[in-house]
Amino acid sequence: MLPILQVGPLAIQMPGLILLAGVWIAVSLTDREAPRYSLKPSTLSNMILIGLVVGILSARLWYVIRFFDIYLDNPLSFFSLNPTTLAPLEGALTGLAVAAFYGYRKGLPLWPTLDALTPGLAAFGLTVGFAHLASGDAFGMETSVPWAIELWGAQRHPTQIYEVLAAGFIFWLIWEIRRKEKVAGFLFLIFVALTALSRLVVEAFRGDSIITYGSVRSAQLGSLLVLAVALIGMHLLARVQAQESKSP
Amino acid sequence: MHKLNSLAKSPIRWGAIIVGVVVLGVAWIGISQVPASATTSGSIPSPREGFAAPDFTLETLEDETFTLSDLRGKAVVVNLWASWCPPCRAEMPALQAAYEADRGRGLEIVAVDMTYQDSEADAQRFVEDFGLTFTVPLDRDGTVARQYLMRALPSTFFVGPDGVIRKVVIGGPMSEATIRSTVSEMLEEVP
Repeated sequence: MLPILQVGPLAIQMPGLILLAGVWIAVSLTDREAPRYSLKPSTLSNMILIGLVVGILSARLWYVIRFFDIYLDNPLSFFSLNPTTLAPLEGALTGLAVAAFYGYRKGLPLWPTLDALTPGLAAFGLTVGFAHLASGDAFGMETSVPWAIELWGAQRHPTQIYEVLAAGFIFWLIWEIRRKEKVAGFLFLIFVALTALSRLVVEAFRGDSIITYGSVRSAQLGSLLVLAVALIGMHLLARVQAQESKSP
Repeated sequence: MHKLNSLAKSPIRWGAIIVGVVVLGVAWIGISQVPASATTSGSIPSPREGFAAPDFTLETLEDETFTLSDLRGKAVVVNLWASWCPPCRAEMPALQAAYEADRGRGLEIVAVDMTYQDSEADAQRFVEDFGLTFTVPLDRDGTVARQYLMRALPSTFFVGPDGVIRKVVIGGPMSEATIRSTVSEMLEEVP
């Protein structure tokens, strides 16, 4: 755990810095992949940046709307930024929707675009694991296994390390197969399926799961659903491709 | 990869794989079930969201004894500060304003001075300069700094009426709206 790196008078928030590096890596990988799918790199990186900027601004806006009375008393506080005064889910959804709309307006083909984004997404997934390692978030259950780590007042499963290992493997696999995949959308769906699988497995060791139906970890239900949908999607894409190659 | 394509094309073989994955997945979810109490760590003291706020007893600037757990049932903001720290200086008026606005609804502010790296005289002057009316305990030997894994000043911990930390803000300065919007959800739980 290294949440804050003290460089002289500067307290650098490591998780944020790692995620920022992740965005940069993802954008540069996408720039490199785009020509392979006959896509313009600048259109793709604009889409990513528009999504990010809109996502962050709208996360802020949604938060202010939620506590409108308080911000009405202190309107200038709207500009006083702090990661706790964001509505992350609403912001992410808005950013995604706007990025998708931008891609649609620019005529980006859906599946090749997603394939071109996949190596970048896989690299970003790896940096999320490292950010969790730095912040101590996404922590594990209490355990007595020999590789347990001391964190938040207990001996716990090092779930952040499991997460980094799984994401590292997924990135390596995606990197290896990215040139060989012939069906548009397969690379992306393989990435989605593997990421859902890794969450399904690692969630079992987490100490911060949200529980539904009495004792079920809700993130596992969600990931199993995503995994099944990704596999069904692969079947549909493979059939479409087979039909297209049959007809002249 | 050609193999994967032809496998995914076949409804029967790919269908069997999907069914297998779902069955194994459901079994795994069944194995990894836990009671809801196992993952809510509210009973372990640790300076993080979802955990019990580490308890402490310190002397205040007014030479009184202060114990954090005496404030159960109130929404509490624990702020770690020092008089030489510019962002602490910048956010103190906001803390005082939030205190005046929400005190009547059950808000308590505990501004722990990091006395072991500050001086009591400077802390006293600071409190007078800003006209602070909330409790200012003195951490003379760094106990609270260690308990709260203090890494940067100011650090602020929002503690609910049940003694469980709701939010942690490392660094500052926070604005009055940041403090009050974070506190407002905790105030609704005050009995």
